[in-house]
Amino acid sequence: MTDLPPTGRFTPGTFSPAPGAGAPLRMLRTHARTEAVLTMRNGEQVLLTLLIPLALLVGLANVTVIDLPEPRVDSLVPRVFALAVMSTAFTGQAIALGFDRRYGVVKRLAATALPRWLLVAGRVLGCLAVVALQLVVLGIAAALLGWSPSAVGLVWTVVLGVLGTLSFGAIGVLLGGALKAEVVLALANVIWLVLLLAGGVVLTADTLPTGMADVVRLLPSAALTEGFTDALVHGTAPALSTVAPLLAWGGIAGLVATKTTKLT
Amino acid sequence: MNTPAVEVSDLVKSYGSTTAVDGVGFRMAPGSVLALLGPNGAGKTTTVEICEGFLRSDSGAVRVLGLDPAADGSKLRPRIGVMPQGGGAYPGVRAGEMLRLVAACAANPLDPAWLIDVLGLSGCARTPYKRLSGGQQQRLSLACALVGRPELLFLDEPTAGMDPQARRLVWELVSALRADGASVLLTTHLMEEAEALADHVVIIDGGRVVAEGSPAQLTEEHPDAQALRFRARSGMDTGLLVAALPEGCLVSEPSPGGYLVTGTVDPQVVSTVTAWCAQQGVLAEELRVGRRSLEDVFLDLTGRELRS
Repeated sequence: MTDLPPTGRFTPGTFSPAPGAGAPLRMLRTHARTEAVLTMRNGEQVLLTLLIPLALLVGLANVTVIDLPEPRVDSLVPRVFALAVMSTAFTGQAIALGFDRRYGVVKRLAATALPRWLLVAGRVLGCLAVVALQLVVLGIAAALLGWSPSAVGLVWTVVLGVLGTLSFGAIGVLLGGALKAEVVLALANVIWLVLLLAGGVVLTADTLPTGMADVVRLLPSAALTEGFTDALVHGTAPALSTVAPLLAWGGIAGLVATKTTKLT
Repeated sequence: MNTPAVEVSDLVKSYGSTTAVDGVGFRMAPGSVLALLGPNGAGKTTTVEICEGFLRSDSGAVRVLGLDPAADGSKLRPRIGVMPQGGGAYPGVRAGEMLRLVAACAANPLDPAWLIDVLGLSGCARTPYKRLSGGQQQRLSLACALVGRPELLFLDEPTAGMDPQARRLVWELVSALRADGASVLLTTHLMEEAEALADHVVIIDGGRVVAEGSPAQLTEEHPDAQALRFRARSGMDTGLLVAALPEGCLVSEPSPGGYLVTGTVDPQVVSTVTAWCAQQGVLAEELRVGRRSLEDVFLDLTGRELRS
């Protein structure tokens, strides 16, 4: 080794090894905050997670494109909430994960002391924070349009919001963790559009022909929309038929994703 | 106490029909700097990624800080710092945010703000990663490897894409890390870098170790002998030259068109060589006398022609 001239730039001992993992809660908080901040800073994500649901809420409340019981805003809120959860937890998460893998972020973080469970938990918590913000903004907009939910309904909305985020998040990770970024981008957007139009969100399952309705009710999009409708329109606990598909989709997608998710 | 920082033996890794690493083995002393030197595609990154626990070898043994990186990854990762080759940050993340995130994963991190300043990134700490220059991205990546105060750092081509000032800074950092007791395994294809930084150089090519030793050992395998090198038309018959030179002088052509005369090289020998070239009607280019540089060793071992 050729000794470089001493520069005095670094005091001896500056880099003395002092390794170790950070405190789990601090890691989780910093990771989740970074994920949430990056989502809200990304223009396309804001369009997907906030502007489109907001436009649908305001637009459909005022324009009679589809038949809705009066007051229109009351039956729109559950659909828009379900869409907001689906956009962030599924489409947004899948695309972000696909590109984070492409750019080596997941590998970069996997090379730190961050345990694997925290790598997932940080993304989930970031997602929950964004969903909470969305539901608050959409809720305020709906209130301005005359929406007034019951307190019981709001409590169930929080529970369903968490369950829906976890369930759609697992499907998003399954998609975004396995395929190439461009494929993820295309599929996540196509699936989002199909679920929005034909998956029991814009047109609820009970307005569809019987055979089709039974199939659509098994989709997480219809299940979450109906669950939010039970809570917010009827002021009751969500029916088991809405919770079960969410649990099943989330559980199966999560299990498969632990096998198929790649770091790069 | 004397557990090697890294110990690798008979490492093999194939991708389909391509064997990327074909029996690599080396041992790295704790607190030392080891350079894996080799041309592109030699198997350096694959070897490093197996040591980091990102890839599993097909066969062979790896111990990093006494641990098996594939099985004990969660114990190993808090103790190492990794600078991957290219990438490694969210496209929209600001440089400072990324470093603070990685710092939060460590128990006793260096101050991210200080590190940002040291690495000359203060002016772009709020710039999104995708708008940083290649050299700035590299420096951020190095900062992420350093910030957790690891015992062992893996730096994969740390100075690729850097300007000379930044490269000098990286060299100073590696020297300071070593002086403070950290171990550094770096890959490079820059001979100058390996020669300046490494206690131990492992030259790999085609997935195999072709030579290893300290830079001094590698360059002074024949301490008494001097060497005269020149470039000329390849494939010349050197029989007449050998006959004209004093006894003990050897002539070889280690790579096409690159001639090497070893023995006691005195002014008479130089004169004989140039006279012989004149007879052959060729101009001896890049003629020089001296001890072998690491670059000579490297090129003699790995060939001079460009490979795809």
